[in-house]
Amino acid sequence: MSAEPSYDLATGRGLIACPSCDALHLREDMAPGETARCIRCGHVLAKPREGAFGQLIALAFTSMVLLIGAVFFPFLEVSTFGFGNASSLFDVALAFADGVLLPLVVAVLAMIIGLPIARSFLLVYTLVPLAQGRPPHRHAATAFRWSETLRPWSMAEIFVIGTAVALVKVAGLASVHLGPAFWAFCALIFVNLASRSFMCRTSIWDAIEQSGQSVDDRDPAGPPAEAQRPANLADPQAGA
Amino acid sequence: MSAQTEPQSPVLTAHRAGLIGCRSCGRVWPQDEAHCHRCGAELVPPDRRGLQAVWAWLIAGLIAYIPANVFPMMSTQTFAGLAGNSEATILGGVIELIHYGSWDIAVIVFVASIVVPVGKFIAIAWLAVVAGRPANVDQAHTRLKVYEVVEFIGRWSMIDVFVVAILSALVQLGFVASIKPGPAAVSFALSVAFTMLSAQSFDARLIWRGLPLRSRSSAGSATTGPNDE
Repeated sequence: MSAEPSYDLATGRGLIACPSCDALHLREDMAPGETARCIRCGHVLAKPREGAFGQLIALAFTSMVLLIGAVFFPFLEVSTFGFGNASSLFDVALAFADGVLLPLVVAVLAMIIGLPIARSFLLVYTLVPLAQGRPPHRHAATAFRWSETLRPWSMAEIFVIGTAVALVKVAGLASVHLGPAFWAFCALIFVNLASRSFMCRTSIWDAIEQSGQSVDDRDPAGPPAEAQRPANLADPQAGA
Repeated sequence: MSAQTEPQSPVLTAHRAGLIGCRSCGRVWPQDEAHCHRCGAELVPPDRRGLQAVWAWLIAGLIAYIPANVFPMMSTQTFAGLAGNSEATILGGVIELIHYGSWDIAVIVFVASIVVPVGKFIAIAWLAVVAGRPANVDQAHTRLKVYEVVEFIGRWSMIDVFVVAILSALVQLGFVASIKPGPAAVSFALSVAFTMLSAQSFDARLIWRGLPLRSRSSAGSATTGPNDE
């Protein structure tokens, strides 16, 4: 088994293609804290961290709690000349509930609340079994792929900057009181930043693949794990 | 991952090796596979034909950007219309902000809703034109940098839509002032979304396909039907 070469140019076993420039790299197990970069374009291929799965799960839960809080607590309040107006996040989205702008209500709600919550949920769904060393749930790969696809569309941090701009515009007109939902969104920025820096997609994909296959006859932590991968893993039927 | 399958200076790509790399998870498969068996994503060869999607979304984004500038972004009514009703387009809003003396916000709005979208249109069009054309390594790195900037910055244009939403929800002060969103908000949001899709459909691997070595026609002929070399 160890006489077998660690990669196979016919089936792609043991190889990684840089998603950004297609350069082929050998798959190797890495120690936590190491960073693998593409030799051609410098794209980060893998950046595993010790205990990253647990941290990512915790951050995903934090983000869910903050978002749910943000939905129910007041967001901003203005008052001037005795006229006051408090708005929640729903009011912000419903500002577009008028004629042709109606689709924008759904879009705004999705971008600031729906997608961030959905992404946290997908991430927890994918990572909880992996962190416990159990086989992943059904469709875990699809769930994680969707979570990554939706990433650019969840715009909580952009919304916070938008709020700041709006506040400066309103400041001359009325006095503004910031509600708990606003601070929840500010905290969300930092949660997202942390989650982003702990996230190593390659490690998650490898973990899904390795724990999903019961054919493993090797120690998952063994150093040349990829070299001993059974050839049928690269077989189209095996992973489907 | 530091080890490389071919130590010579031309980098061996999955495409040239007769394989296909998954852009979603990096796993490598034989070239005739249609879907990645690890993550389920569609496997697409690095092919200039994929640029059609880039152009299509880009043109859609450009078309949506026209009404976004012509129609008002929001209308403000102060003192029940006695102190005036004003309808501000994107550019009008910037000019108004300068009048108020809030230069910093004016600059943010100007950059976010005019400089960035226009720059994005130009950058994506340029990338789609030069993708796959012969280039040296330095040029390829420049193109990659441009692509990364465009991809990173694209979603930030949505800031304008959020500002309009927040202002309209917040400034409902009856007699004193009220703000209503205008039709430009929706077309601006569409324009941003279309350009994001355009940038996402651009295949960054094409940037590296034109690097100097003439073997690319032999490697390319396996999948990409017409090849001009």
